[in-house]
Amino acid sequence: MLRKIFAATLAALAITLVASAASAQMKKVRIGTEGAYPPFNYIDSDGKLQGFDVDIANALCVAAKFDCEFVVQDWDGIIPGLLAKKFDAIIASMSITEERKQKVDFTDRYYNTPAKFVTKAGANIEISKAGLKGKSVGVQRATIHENFLRDNFGDVIEIRSYATQDEANADLAAGRVDLVLADSVALDEGFLKTDTGKGFAFTGPGFSDPKWFGDGAGIAVRKGDDELREALNKAIKQIRDDGTYKKINDKYFEFDVYGG
Amino acid sequence: MELIWDSLPRLFDGALLTIQITAISVAIGLLAAVPLALLRLSHNPFVRLPVYAYIFYFRGTPFIVQLFLIYYGSGQFRDTLEAVGLWIFFREAYFCAVLALTLNTAAYTAEIFRGAIQGVPFGEIEAARACGMSRGLLYRRIILPKALRLALPAYSNEVVFLLQTTSIVSIIALLDLTGVARVIIARSFEPYKLFLTAAIFYLVMTYGVLFVFKRVEFWLSGHLRDRPDDSLEAEADTAILR
Repeated sequence: MLRKIFAATLAALAITLVASAASAQMKKVRIGTEGAYPPFNYIDSDGKLQGFDVDIANALCVAAKFDCEFVVQDWDGIIPGLLAKKFDAIIASMSITEERKQKVDFTDRYYNTPAKFVTKAGANIEISKAGLKGKSVGVQRATIHENFLRDNFGDVIEIRSYATQDEANADLAAGRVDLVLADSVALDEGFLKTDTGKGFAFTGPGFSDPKWFGDGAGIAVRKGDDELREALNKAIKQIRDDGTYKKINDKYFEFDVYGG
Repeated sequence: MELIWDSLPRLFDGALLTIQITAISVAIGLLAAVPLALLRLSHNPFVRLPVYAYIFYFRGTPFIVQLFLIYYGSGQFRDTLEAVGLWIFFREAYFCAVLALTLNTAAYTAEIFRGAIQGVPFGEIEAARACGMSRGLLYRRIILPKALRLALPAYSNEVVFLLQTTSIVSIIALLDLTGVARVIIARSFEPYKLFLTAAIFYLVMTYGVLFVFKRVEFWLSGHLRDRPDDSLEAEADTAILR
């Protein structure tokens, strides 16, 4: 009897060893994402991470043969979290900007869409210093959109910074802010096409000045983590070439978000 | 270091808002708490139970939930609130924050006072009754002053807790001390430096609160201290006169 247990334990141990040896060949990569930025990354009603970023991340992990694990992290702590090694890469629609490049390295972009204002349909607000004077604008904290607002309209508007885009949208719907500024696709899919977004519309032009909006969304890695960065760059190229990217793109959007 | 130095003026503004909302909530909460404590002790269940339910709710739920309910909850009932003219208040994050903090602290403070009122030694009440004091006079002269002294240490705790709790209001886009720190972190990506500085601000404010309470406690407990030995002083006086 005792011998049987011993044999069974040994067998179990052997299986574990073989299994861990197999996974040891795959590099373990932890990916930080926000989970509150539909349709790019969000948590569905079953508590599962979903969205364009998440699908892209999974495709990249397959292409690069990484064993990936997602870590959900609030947006304003996401770069500090990467630096503190809570995860190894950020795939969360993060725009590649000069400010962020001082703290982290970026891969090539994996999509690029312009930013736009949303306000009440027919509100007729001109997007200029004069037109926005005295208006309150909701924006997500620690985003390129917040920086753009502070630098260009900070002296004439009241900026209200929220932890998530959803909260900013909720306050626009409630009439606590006059406008919100965010990525046009995120606003369209995450707000305008939902029930709460009824009666609201885009206003003004799309903004994509690289000074604030950078060169599109890329994957952030810690400075000097070139091996991971290059592997991800190769993976981005691979999924662009083999049609995986297009398949994911078409699942979410009617147009090409990769940008020209 | 330079970052902290440059951030100081903005952090001061944030600290000012923190102090402001703490002071307003503490003041209104205290005014509401004394009658609430008395109602909570009423023998009439129609008076006692609603107050009990209110206190139980605000003690039994996290502040962040209370704030979200008041702020985003009121957003859902905008039409109704507009119809009764209350939306102009609920539209403001500042008002919602102060309302939530006040309701929260009033509940806790009422519980503290309830305990203190029940802690007044029965002998003192009996003595007052024996002197023929009416119910009103008994509360005014004996029970409430004694209860206030008994409640003070626990109440100072509550005020300190409330000061810390205000840090949560930054989630509804208010720029209190924590909110300002977060905005600066958003561009500098230096959470340790900023939050450490904010922590020092909070410590200083907490020390201020504790200092005030220590003075008040000292002032209220004069009758419990040893009398200064005035026989020695009198001798000294006479010595100088000679």
